[in-house]
Amino acid sequence: MPWKNAHVFSPSTFYVDRVCYTKILPQETPGNCIMRGIVTTLDMFECFKDKVGEVLLPGDVFSFELVPLDNKADKVICGPGLRRNGDEVLVCKSGILRHKPPNLYWIDSIQKRYVPAKGESVIGIVTVKSGDVFKVDVGGSEQASLSYLAFEGATKRNRPNVQVGDLVYAQFTIANKDMEPELVCIDSCGRANGMGVFGADGLLFKVSLGLVRRLLAPQSDIVKDLEKTFPFEMVVGMNGRVWVRARTAQQTLIVANLLESCENMTTQQRQALFRRVADRVT
Amino acid sequence: MRETPLSNCERQFLLKAIEEKKRLDGRQTYDYRNIKITFGTDYGCCVVDVGKTRVLAQVSCELVAPKDNRPTEGIMFINLELSPMASPAFESGRQSELHVTLNRLLERCLRNSKCLDTESLCVVSGEKVWKIRIDVHVLNHDGNIMDAASIAAITALCHFRRPDVGIQGEEVTIYTPEERDLIPLSIYHMPVSVSFSFFQQGTFLLVDPCEREERVMDGLLVIAMNKHREICSIQSSGGIMLLKEQVLRCSKIASVKVCEITELINKALENDRKVRKEGGKFGFAESMAKERITALKSEIAPVEMIDIEEKAEDIICRTGAPCDTVPSPVVRAPGTGQVGEGLQNAWGLDEMEEEEEEEEDDIEQGGPEKQPESETITSKKGDVVVISDSEEEEVVILHQGVEVKDFREEMSSGQKQATSASKKKKKKRKLAH
Repeated sequence: MPWKNAHVFSPSTFYVDRVCYTKILPQETPGNCIMRGIVTTLDMFECFKDKVGEVLLPGDVFSFELVPLDNKADKVICGPGLRRNGDEVLVCKSGILRHKPPNLYWIDSIQKRYVPAKGESVIGIVTVKSGDVFKVDVGGSEQASLSYLAFEGATKRNRPNVQVGDLVYAQFTIANKDMEPELVCIDSCGRANGMGVFGADGLLFKVSLGLVRRLLAPQSDIVKDLEKTFPFEMVVGMNGRVWVRARTAQQTLIVANLLESCENMTTQQRQALFRRVADRVT
Repeated sequence: MRETPLSNCERQFLLKAIEEKKRLDGRQTYDYRNIKITFGTDYGCCVVDVGKTRVLAQVSCELVAPKDNRPTEGIMFINLELSPMASPAFESGRQSELHVTLNRLLERCLRNSKCLDTESLCVVSGEKVWKIRIDVHVLNHDGNIMDAASIAAITALCHFRRPDVGIQGEEVTIYTPEERDLIPLSIYHMPVSVSFSFFQQGTFLLVDPCEREERVMDGLLVIAMNKHREICSIQSSGGIMLLKEQVLRCSKIASVKVCEITELINKALENDRKVRKEGGKFGFAESMAKERITALKSEIAPVEMIDIEEKAEDIICRTGAPCDTVPSPVVRAPGTGQVGEGLQNAWGLDEMEEEEEEEEDDIEQGGPEKQPESETITSKKGDVVVISDSEEEEVVILHQGVEVKDFREEMSSGQKQATSASKKKKKKRKLAH
């Protein structure tokens, strides 16, 4: 039963040895996903480099020698899907090993179940409005809380206009396995920066997390191809929810169906499909 | 697990799109989704897909005593299960309103329409009759469970074969399939239900609503018909007022749809019958599409069979005799028996172990080799930092002469140390005694 027994490995509980660690900042990571990074030493580079771009399965092991080749410690940062166990690095999610120079490795996996992570921007649906706090459903195991003061220009007298059932685009400030997740609709400077209530006319639908990351990548092919069909607005949440609005309902439905279907297509198939649609529309 | 709530913008968009006669998946107002019927290897087992809604029906039979007021009729029992596998909205155990409604509708559709000839199920009047049981399980809920369930139930009934019985005076023998062929049930007609959903107080109508359309609909009209245009059951829920013309129009649409669906069912049954007769492969595995990214099939691997007998005898001669196994249970004394071998009791020693571990540190070094090794190795490698916003406090246990260990490492190695230390403690105790 996929819903009852969801268990997610958290890659944050390992040991790092010898050297200083670096925390990965949001801007540095590809596709805006936050990695909880762990630094490990030694000659992991060689083993990792061979396998970049290959499909790995949970249980695959990279083991390393204990004696370092040179005294200078190479920092290797393991992202989601990789987990250190003693002097080995284990793969704990199935997917493709990706690499971002200089030293960041992670497993690119496809899953649909979202686990809240700090700093990620998601689309939530307001379910309960009680006193000072809204309860928002983000697709995780628990509903997140959103304070009414966490909107731009909100004060105790000036409450934001949020109704039950509204869509909000917000960011996680607290999201770990021990506490209830918390959202805010302002950034650290106090400005909305695109966050807040939205979605008067469009359509909300759900896709897998892998597709969402592909859409959010800086030079996304899918978005570029989609732009050529017709103009539309799109909001992408890291929890797999996407909202689109085009000029007419028909066009909105077309965009939604295109995005849902290009999940498993190769690039050529997708481009052929988008081109067919663009020809039909014009 | 909670179901995702429906947002206001989705609801508004859906209603607006329906006003413009647009559906989410591009269907027309009166179109059904793709219906796919597959059969399992057993008789009476079938899976029906209506779009993404998937339903499994299984028919089984047994001989029971008939009801008192109907001694010459068989019994038909229908059961529909909504498990959480189908949708996060369904909870196991508790019978929700939807569950009761669907069960009732399915019963009315099949039982009250007398599609199954219950008189033919009688074996010995007043004593033994066949009880036919139809179990319908919903595997995935994407709207319109009722239609899928009714198609699955009637198809499974038509597909089912019961064992043959012979009556010799008072004796009733049930023949196995090897002795006598199985007999199909006697079905008079095939009732199929068609669902209509209404929006905006009955202004707009859609056939075969998907799950999101079901969530925004105002009311539902379910008509069960057979291909002879006889209405078997009709039910309107949601409290909307329907006009006479609307209901008549719906019944006309239903008769067209039911004819198409009945043809589909008959074709599927015919295909299955042909495949079984010709001795081909049948069942769920064969009906899956193979050339898909989501399907994996491995061809039958060829096995080398040359000289297999000589090789087999060779292997048997070379292996030694098996060790003597004691026939279980072993009877040690009259009235007692022992099955298997016992193990040492390790209960109740773990908590005491944590305190005792400090004293027994020196002994531990000799103990399990892996754990101390990794400890010393990590101590060589240096400091360890974890980046995590977990609120758990680190529990640190101080040992004399051993590096600071973290609680989490303790947990995994704790078990091994506990059992090894407990064994040593027991040895100590035994020596003391």
